[in-house]
Amino acid sequence: MNQAYLQIKNLTKEFLSAYQDEKVIAVKNFNLEMKRGEFLTLLGPSGCGKTTILRMIGGFENPTTGDIHLDDVKINDIPANKRDTCMVFQSYALFPHMNIYKNVAFGLEFRDLATGEIRKRVEKILEFVGLAGLGNRPVAQLSGGQQQRVALARAMVNEPKVLLFDEPLSNLDAKLRIKMRIFIRKIQQESNITSIYVTHDQEEAMTLSDRIVVMNRGEIEQVGTPEEIYSRPRTKFVADFIGKQTNFMTGNVLESVDGRQEVEFWNRRFSFERYPHLKKGDAVTLVIRPEMIELSAQEGVCNGEVTLVTYLGSEVNYEVTAEGQVFTIQVSNPLKTGIFRTGDRVCLNFDLRNIYLIKA
Amino acid sequence: MPRSVRAVAYLKRIPSDIRKLWREPLLLFGITLVSVFLFLFIVLPLFKIFQLSFEENGHYSLKVFAELLSKSYNVQPLIHSLTLGAAVSILGTVIGFIFAYAVTRVDIPWKRFFNVTATFPIIAPPFMMSLSAILLFGKQGFVSNMILNDIIHFKIYGFYGLLVVETLTYFSTAYLTLYGVLQAIDPALEDAALDLGAPKWKVFTRITLPLATPGIASAILLVFSQSLADFGNPMILAGNYTILATQAYLTIVGMYDMRSGAGLAILLLIPSLIAFGLQKYWVSRKSYVTVTGKPSSTRIKMDHPVTKYSIFGLCLLLTGVIFLFYGMVLFGSFVKLWGANHALTFVNYKHVFTVGWGFIRDTLLLSSIATPIAGILAMIIAFLVVRKNFPGKRLMELVSLLTFAVPGTVVGIGYILAFNEYPLKLTGTAAIIVLLFIFRDLAVGVQTGIAELQQIDPSIEEAATDLGADSATTFRRITLPLITPAFYAGLAFTFVKCMTAVSAVIFVVSGKWNLITIAILGSVENSDLSQAAAFSVVIIVFILLALWLIQFLVKQMQGEQRIRFERAEAL
Repeated sequence: MNQAYLQIKNLTKEFLSAYQDEKVIAVKNFNLEMKRGEFLTLLGPSGCGKTTILRMIGGFENPTTGDIHLDDVKINDIPANKRDTCMVFQSYALFPHMNIYKNVAFGLEFRDLATGEIRKRVEKILEFVGLAGLGNRPVAQLSGGQQQRVALARAMVNEPKVLLFDEPLSNLDAKLRIKMRIFIRKIQQESNITSIYVTHDQEEAMTLSDRIVVMNRGEIEQVGTPEEIYSRPRTKFVADFIGKQTNFMTGNVLESVDGRQEVEFWNRRFSFERYPHLKKGDAVTLVIRPEMIELSAQEGVCNGEVTLVTYLGSEVNYEVTAEGQVFTIQVSNPLKTGIFRTGDRVCLNFDLRNIYLIKA
Repeated sequence: MPRSVRAVAYLKRIPSDIRKLWREPLLLFGITLVSVFLFLFIVLPLFKIFQLSFEENGHYSLKVFAELLSKSYNVQPLIHSLTLGAAVSILGTVIGFIFAYAVTRVDIPWKRFFNVTATFPIIAPPFMMSLSAILLFGKQGFVSNMILNDIIHFKIYGFYGLLVVETLTYFSTAYLTLYGVLQAIDPALEDAALDLGAPKWKVFTRITLPLATPGIASAILLVFSQSLADFGNPMILAGNYTILATQAYLTIVGMYDMRSGAGLAILLLIPSLIAFGLQKYWVSRKSYVTVTGKPSSTRIKMDHPVTKYSIFGLCLLLTGVIFLFYGMVLFGSFVKLWGANHALTFVNYKHVFTVGWGFIRDTLLLSSIATPIAGILAMIIAFLVVRKNFPGKRLMELVSLLTFAVPGTVVGIGYILAFNEYPLKLTGTAAIIVLLFIFRDLAVGVQTGIAELQQIDPSIEEAATDLGADSATTFRRITLPLITPAFYAGLAFTFVKCMTAVSAVIFVVSGKWNLITIAILGSVENSDLSQAAAFSVVIIVFILLALWLIQFLVKQMQGEQRIRFERAEAL
């Protein structure tokens, strides 16, 4: 018996391009294991293959090679309508000619259940998603948020082994999106349903997920908890894609001293915690988030000039040019430190504990 | 908002609309001109028919209808037309649906081929099918006489013959309608049904079919109207099975009874208008098909071998029949004397280009004059209707779409009634044919124009106005380039319709100006089947050439546009 609930092995998907003249590799050698009850997000820019993976799990696309096992059963060759997966579609895909009740009951009709039982389950799930008593409404008359709930109820009522979400919030406005993602997370935790969620919105991924799979060009860049992904990005792509306006600097690894890593940049030596895989002479990229640099008038490396100031109330964002490089720096609680003006000379202090090194 | 409130709001707006128009004299002039044209060449002819048939010594009366309906030889055509229309619309829609479903939903090979074959009848002269039916199953028919040696006698003259040829001709309309409808259904809906556990046939009966139902109703009504309006096929094949469109013509041309002819035209007009009204105002409102967000990726195809191969087989069979019919005309055009001497020869083509050259020249000339005018007029009307506010706007739209609903026979009778006296004495001129061409099929151009314009964000045009362009400049510099594809589609359609027109123009052709289609009907009547076939082939060749030319121009322009975009991007 495998430990993993959902196991994806060496999954590859090739398409023919629109003109059928060349192969496009949408997903390349994708491996993943998921625990029961886990909420996992596939995160990446559009065209990175995340939706294709979801559709292969759902049975809408056939893998070119590779296997998908769900609860110890290989599901590759099981057609979509016999798979124990249910999807919440980006467009919701509610059946426009049916009311809420009929939409939600649709999947149960194919399960050999008594009418009374179907009614019971539908009413229970409608209550669960906050649509109790609205069963008779035509779906065309619902707001975006309500349609979203119907789509969720319609998928969940079947108690699938895996619930699949295909960018379900992308058609909602910003406020509702935030409300709905909290709603989805709560519902998922209450029902403990194993879920895979596809999105290109990192905030959504961060709030929802137990683990995030960051993808690029059909391949996995990194798998980890939201915190790991943010603070210990394995590749420059992840560092750049996650977070806003990440700063990159290049440096050289010097020898280790007292179990710490000495790195040189700007002709100075800085001491970091030890990275076992780095050795003397390696070039490294330093991942510096905007909040990891402090500005002051006197202390630090004093060669910066403020070139742009954006005041946002709770924070101030600066663009500071130093050593020919432009840094984005975010200062929270600006009233405490005072606000610099464009043209001010400033000193930069790096928060070395949180700066992460990637082998260049 | 209740209707009365809306009406008041509308009335309140009129003065300000008019004031705005005064400030744009060119726009005002354009609206006036278009309105006058629409009135003269669409409304007036119809009005003349009503006037003639409802007026009796200066009073309105229904006497002519009482007289008409008291005679069985006038009642019969009405019943025949409706029966035939119903049968053709149902059979045609079934076939159209099979093709549309096969092309959009089933995993079969040769989709492109099926698509082309299913749309071909639209560009062919409609009565070619009848000509072919005679070549195949007539007394000297290829199948009846040469293959079966007269063992079976085919009753091609009458209901069954008409049913077959009209179905083969007009199922294309159903196909195109249903293709659009099936294509527009969001694949995610079918994916979702499958995902929720529905077997594929349930997906069809519970999701696809219900969602396509308004489209099916639409297709039935459209084909019904086309069958009602069909003139060429019944002229050739009706035999004793008289139908309204031809009966009205024969009453006028054969018996010189204008009043009865007009009355029959009205009888024909009423069911056509009902079908049009139902289609436009009732069915279209029932439609669930809406354009949603991003077009979803791939569509799950039917791949069960039994379904797949039975549908593939059906499509093959139907395309085989279509090929047989058109192929027989092609073959017939090379035969020396059909039924007597089947030696292959070019003599028919020689005849077409010598004796028939006048017909060809007139047809090409008049079509080429009418096509661009109709295209531009349609786009102007679409622009006015979608983008401008003026009193009578809805009426303008309705009138321009009306041409779609009115059978050609009715229009033809209207034209001879309206334009045979001073100051609008046009009978016998080239002008009346060109005008008929322009206004006869205006609706399709207007409709495509409207659809295309509604896709274009009005703020693009507002930006032009904001930068100082007036309505005319905005139309010429911004709108027209953006709706070019619709414009060319409209051109192509109009040209095809001009080249293949029979029903209306047959009333207004003269010794001086004549058309190929009329020549074909004449040849068939004289049993010069091979000549008729050669004429038909020549029409099709010219149509294909014109379509190719239009497509070439569009591609050329799109290419230029792409280059411009690429340059812009490079900058």
